[in-house]
Amino acid sequence: MSDVIPLQASLGLSAVLFAIGAAGVVLRRNAIILFMCVELMLNAVNLAFVALSPYAGVQGQVFVFFVIAVAAAEAAVGLAIVISVFRHKESVDIKNFSLLRW
Amino acid sequence: MIQALFWLFAILAASSALLMVTRKSPVASAMWLIGTFFCLAAIYTLLGAYFIGIIQILVYAGAIMILFLFVIMLLNLGNDFEPDIRSNVWKVIAAGTGLVVIALLARAFSGNMAMPLGRTAGPGLLAQGLAERGTVGVIAIPMYTDYMVLLQATAILLLVAVVGAVVLAKRNV
Repeated sequence: MSDVIPLQASLGLSAVLFAIGAAGVVLRRNAIILFMCVELMLNAVNLAFVALSPYAGVQGQVFVFFVIAVAAAEAAVGLAIVISVFRHKESVDIKNFSLLRW
Repeated sequence: MIQALFWLFAILAASSALLMVTRKSPVASAMWLIGTFFCLAAIYTLLGAYFIGIIQILVYAGAIMILFLFVIMLLNLGNDFEPDIRSNVWKVIAAGTGLVVIALLARAFSGNMAMPLGRTAGPGLLAQGLAERGTVGVIAIPMYTDYMVLLQATAILLLVAVVGAVVLAKRNV
């Protein structure tokens, strides 16, 4: 059984991808790239679900399915919001979207 | 062999995720994110989640990222190269955020996790389930029995998302 992927390795990759996504959300100002970073974080969580599913039951993979459906809904609504904001401000840079900040 | 492939795809996924965060052009970012998704699909397949690997390519790389690319092209964002990466202070804050997240997750993952199926018997039980119910059935049978309510809620969520996206993106509703 030496050819089984160690659980800590896949969980470590999941943590690394989640951290890269979180750092990207802080680093970038382009709203579309922020959405892509959020998708990366959702994928990191999916990887943790799949990696844990042999040890905690196949429900993990069912939840991955639901996470993908929610991510699709989130991408559709979020990009529609970006389009309608772009129509008002002619920009997708979130430094121009500070109307609701304070 | 499986471990070597896992490490190959893990390194590819992490490096293309890093490139996705650091590229200036949104189109290049989207392309590197698609690369990350393909590597993750390979890793799901190596972990034994064959159906999730296929869904990852079909839905994520095939549908969601096409939506992102369509919006980038629709708003004509690919060619202006207005730098959107924040200043150096924010770079330090971003690196700190990443390190804190890694530290928290490492602490959570290195703890004593609940393993109802057991540490050694688990992978064998999953393989047995795959052999009994098939690649799709191992996900579909729990989904249509134990998680029926969640499935209906997801259907309503998708309907609401479709209507909301049309209302938000259309000029005059």
